[in-house]
Amino acid sequence: MQFKNIFKFNGGVHPNENKSLSTNLPIGRLPIPKKLVLPLRQHVGRVAKLKVKPGDQVLKGQIIAEADGNISASIHAPTSGKILKISEEILPHPSGLPDFCITIEPDFKDTWVEKKPISWKKLDRTKLIEALSQSGIVGLGGAVFPTHMKLKINQSQPINTLVINAAECEPFITCDDMLMRERADEIIQGALIAQTILDAKECVVGIENNKIEAYEALKKAAQKTTIEIKVVPTVYPSGDAKRLIYLLMGIEVPKEKRSVDLGIQVFNVATVAAIYRYLELGEPSISRVVTITGAVKAPQNYEVLFGTPLSELIAAAGGSSNKTKKFIMGGPMMGFDLPSIHVPVTKAMNCVIESSPELFPAPKPVMPCIRCARCADACPVNLQPQELYWFSKSSQLEKARDYNLFDCIECGCCTYVCPSNIPLVQFYRYAKSEIIAQDKSKEAANTARERNDFRLARIEREKKERAERNAQKALGANEKQADDEKKSTIAAAMERVKQTQQENIKN
Amino acid sequence: MDNRSPYIVDAPSVSVIMFKVLLALIPGIALYVYAYGLGVILNIFLASLTVILTESAILAIRKLPIKVFILDGSGLVAAWLLALSIPSIAPWWIIVLGTLLCITFGKHVYGGLGYNLFNPAMLGYAILLISFPLIMSQWQIPNSLIENNIEWFDQIKIIMNSSLLSKETIDAMSSATPLDYIKTQLTLNQPLSVIQQNKIFGFLGGKGLELISLGYLAGGLYLLKEKIISWHLPVSFLASLFIIASIFYSIAPDTYASPLFHVMSGGSILCAFFIITDPVSGPTTPKGKIYFGIAIGLLVFIIRIFGGYPEGIAFAVLIMNIFVPLIDSLTQPRIFGHK
Repeated sequence: MQFKNIFKFNGGVHPNENKSLSTNLPIGRLPIPKKLVLPLRQHVGRVAKLKVKPGDQVLKGQIIAEADGNISASIHAPTSGKILKISEEILPHPSGLPDFCITIEPDFKDTWVEKKPISWKKLDRTKLIEALSQSGIVGLGGAVFPTHMKLKINQSQPINTLVINAAECEPFITCDDMLMRERADEIIQGALIAQTILDAKECVVGIENNKIEAYEALKKAAQKTTIEIKVVPTVYPSGDAKRLIYLLMGIEVPKEKRSVDLGIQVFNVATVAAIYRYLELGEPSISRVVTITGAVKAPQNYEVLFGTPLSELIAAAGGSSNKTKKFIMGGPMMGFDLPSIHVPVTKAMNCVIESSPELFPAPKPVMPCIRCARCADACPVNLQPQELYWFSKSSQLEKARDYNLFDCIECGCCTYVCPSNIPLVQFYRYAKSEIIAQDKSKEAANTARERNDFRLARIEREKKERAERNAQKALGANEKQADDEKKSTIAAAMERVKQTQQENIKN
Repeated sequence: MDNRSPYIVDAPSVSVIMFKVLLALIPGIALYVYAYGLGVILNIFLASLTVILTESAILAIRKLPIKVFILDGSGLVAAWLLALSIPSIAPWWIIVLGTLLCITFGKHVYGGLGYNLFNPAMLGYAILLISFPLIMSQWQIPNSLIENNIEWFDQIKIIMNSSLLSKETIDAMSSATPLDYIKTQLTLNQPLSVIQQNKIFGFLGGKGLELISLGYLAGGLYLLKEKIISWHLPVSFLASLFIIASIFYSIAPDTYASPLFHVMSGGSILCAFFIITDPVSGPTTPKGKIYFGIAIGLLVFIIRIFGGYPEGIAFAVLIMNIFVPLIDSLTQPRIFGHK
């Protein structure tokens, strides 16, 4: 595979791939588990609105929670069965906090609702997007942003290029790789549908050169299309959307802009395959391919129903082979420790790695920074991580912001190459959250001050008004008095006149 | 929740980096021994011993883990560089005192590893040069030029207790460096072509010294290959020194030594690959490294030609260390997606 017209970004790292662990076997299928736990929040945006109550019977593919507004996604029953309960359960999230979930007890009949394929070639774009808003499809690369929103186009900036992200740059993860090997047609068809909906002139697939079989499969599937399959070097983080766009097109998405502002939209391979399945087969988003790898006895990829307890997946992979029983969700560069093996498989779960001291040794003692700037060489954003570390550590947050802390994508390359074992990314996460919190409290303080200023102004104004009113009143009273005096004087004068007249008459 | 990603690292430890630097010094040291005998080994030994004892004491006072910070190797690097910078016939207390001052005032008063503003070895060297100018300008003459019969043990005696040697032996062993010799001879209105007839001059620089420089060059190339240092500093420094020397040389070749002489004399090569490449006291941005190297090259030349000292590396490095924060802040690279 040769690189043609590839634009290499600075930095990046190439860790041991460890991908072949989980690519020996084809994508397996997990049997329907005894229960399915479906979180109402599996996507970016508003929590889905509950549509069922305990005791309800549901069919496979039926909506059990509905998208709430535009930036939200529906949740469908992954199989037929009974709604057991709606309760708070622990989620596969770094916070480890519980959230509301629907628990389904499957009836093992796996009865579908009536599937309604959509003849997408005939429908207009708005109708298609409306239909897709019911599909439950979100970005399956890990960002879980509702897909239909990404298909809407801005009139002022048409989409020129659709980029299909097939880079899968994190070590260990192979779910996209296996999907491409086995279902390249679905991906290419899905990409064509997305290209049509977006009215994009061209479509480019970016794939790392370590996935030869997947590349061949895509190449074959795309033979009769205009879709271009472009090979990019295996350098982490090539799968980061902005880095991939640069690799493929040599375009840097400017700070604080999104790729759509430049007429480029990016979808993950699994996402476009899901679009295909929804429109062509009428199957909503109820499962995904998950890599289970690391220290488990039989690493493999499985097509897993959402809501399946992770423990079932681990059991399918032969169970854990070491005592620590620690599992990481995502890859080793950006993943996080799972709070429990009982969390459900969600739309964001692309890979679960069983940790072991051999694979991921405990971090070595931290030494002082020696300013060797290896981190700066490795940073794909061209930041100066050693300066950001210095500012974050000493809580010089404004300085950290000035040195573009918020451009950091937390890819972990800096920590990966640090001779002093400094957990740099953790410092940046801390500094970012501190700055955000400070900005919020500053904003709150500003609002409070404005309110107080307004209140003081109002009190002042009211005081003034009252004083004016009193003055007015006082003035009014004086006038009345003067008036009365006048009246009485006149009356007295009149009286005198009368008396004089009477006296004159008497005389 | 513990979110400690990335879970994997692939980096040489600080110790490995520092020991590779020490390893890279070996060819230069070997050639040093070949040209001058064992004196330099004794100096390195004394420097190492002093740095370990001094750092252990300071770390104990500062309640820091002694083993970790001795084994990081940074103290040894500074001590070896200082031992290689001083005359190899200086009395033993020179290197002991110099190392003690260098590690205390050059490193630990600033907070130890990673916090020092100045290059510790050059700080130690500058203090010694100012305090003991006579001792610091008495250099050893290469073995091949010694006329009297000198035993190898004399090289140890002259360091440990020079009173054991006759005055003739001491005189026979010492001389000025070529840079120093040129400086004094030029004041006597000698043309350079005559001055360089002296036996202490070799093919490119000083006899013996040029050989050591080649050893340092080999070590420096090893450090580049191992990616311990980047090309920016050595290239910009040597280029800057070479270019300014060329300009002067082309104007008056009988007053100004050739650019190659400047590059191969004194500590130029050691400075290029081992001294200005100290990451802690140097700039971190690629552009900053280039400016830093250029400025030091110019300053070294200016001090050598117009200053009061024959060699200007220590002062040039210390002066430029002051500007490092400024250089770094002015040479921030363009961020991805920024204009």
